[in-house]
Amino acid sequence: MSHAVIELKDVMYAFPGRGNTLDGLNFHLHPGEKLGLFGPNGAGKTTMLHILMGLIKPQQGEVTLFEKTMQDGDCFDEARLKIGFLFQHSDDQLFCPTVLDDVAFGPLNQGLPPEQAKAKAMAALKTVGLEGFEERVPYRLSGGEKKLVALATILSMDPEVLILDEPTTGLSPEAKERLIDILHGLNMARLVVSHEPDFLAATTNRLLAMRDGRIRPGELKPHTHTHVHEEGDVPHQH
Amino acid sequence: MAALEEPFASGNSFIHRMDPRIRLLCAGMLTIPAALLNNIDQAIAALCIGTVLILLAQLPLHLVLKRLAVVNVFILFLWLFLPFSLPGEPLFAFGPFKATQEGINLAALITVKSNGIVLTLMALMGTIAIQDLGPAMQQLRIPNKLCHILLFTYRYIFVIYQEYTTMRRAMAARGFCPKTNTHTYKSYAWLVGMLLVKSWDRAERVHGAMRCRGFKGQFYSLAAFTTSKKDYAFLALCLGAIIAVESMGIIRSTLS
Repeated sequence: MSHAVIELKDVMYAFPGRGNTLDGLNFHLHPGEKLGLFGPNGAGKTTMLHILMGLIKPQQGEVTLFEKTMQDGDCFDEARLKIGFLFQHSDDQLFCPTVLDDVAFGPLNQGLPPEQAKAKAMAALKTVGLEGFEERVPYRLSGGEKKLVALATILSMDPEVLILDEPTTGLSPEAKERLIDILHGLNMARLVVSHEPDFLAATTNRLLAMRDGRIRPGELKPHTHTHVHEEGDVPHQH
Repeated sequence: MAALEEPFASGNSFIHRMDPRIRLLCAGMLTIPAALLNNIDQAIAALCIGTVLILLAQLPLHLVLKRLAVVNVFILFLWLFLPFSLPGEPLFAFGPFKATQEGINLAALITVKSNGIVLTLMALMGTIAIQDLGPAMQQLRIPNKLCHILLFTYRYIFVIYQEYTTMRRAMAARGFCPKTNTHTYKSYAWLVGMLLVKSWDRAERVHGAMRCRGFKGQFYSLAAFTTSKKDYAFLALCLGAIIAVESMGIIRSTLS
């Protein structure tokens, strides 16, 4: 197997005044892998993502990104440009006056000249099916549209890895379907954190469970369940 | 920007088409000396410059007046206190309070100066689209911290206001109606405290998200600024105007 693009080794993290949120966590993601991660609230999923992006510093343990061990805050700069991180709340991610400015923000930070950054931004908007949204105000879009714009803001950076933190929060079934369709068209390695088994089954091919600050050993395969609900005899979609 | 309307930035006058860096320079050049003026003639000249700039920028006048009105509400308070608190020649009296000529002069000076400055800023800075303001300020070597404070205040003041309304509604939904009692004061204190905590958390998350997209303190813009000969001419004109205003003061002091 090729080398992992993301590797966490024996990571410990505790918020002040609380027990260990992460307690000797080990994790790795290889190129092309599509991993799903689930676990109860407070299991440490978001903390783990923030540690591997270098947004918070673990008290112990090692973070290795693209085969480079991260020593301090600054070495993350380069690696971050290759990891597309979709935040749980789109409002945290979108801050520019227009959709185009927001989607071009990453490419401009990568050092591309404005013309190329704009071309990348347009291409990313096309990938998520939001052509014609360039001049719209991100703040005023619907929740589903905001999520897609946020996805475009990271796709425009041509990431090698996608990390999606509970991407379905607050989305309607239609918006979820759209997100799944877009993800089907993307080939980079991905890590999806979600509470929704159906969404994980549709977008990942291996599942990990997190509990008490560790990833539990043993593998789970995404699978579907039959289920019962009202008006189930009427043709419907999920 | 996203949350606040920018009615002044969308015009199409030659001021709107001017290089934002030149507009910023001119705004600084005209307003900083104007703020230091101390006689009324010069202040009136500064007010005239501001008015001319507003006309040149072809801003909707009713909006300009509306914003001026807000500024003048604050100035009204000066008129309530200044005439009665400065020592000098008494003009008239309300009971024990005597209004002095010096006080009235000072209040008038401040009124004229502030209106002139606000008009100038509306015409020159108000016409810069917010996405150009950051890069323009950074290219003029204004300290990064100042640029960030300005831009993010602009972006998030509305978000914070919305958090406030949401919490306020949630309180109302649980039967809270403000009265003059400890319960009300305590609840408001908690509301404000929570607002600070939430704003702080949000700022952290936004900053994290920006760093994830490679932000290192520098803003880049899709717009490439170019300075035309016309822009330089305007800069020279503004420089001339402020020198003229300043020399009014010099001439006056040599005459007297």
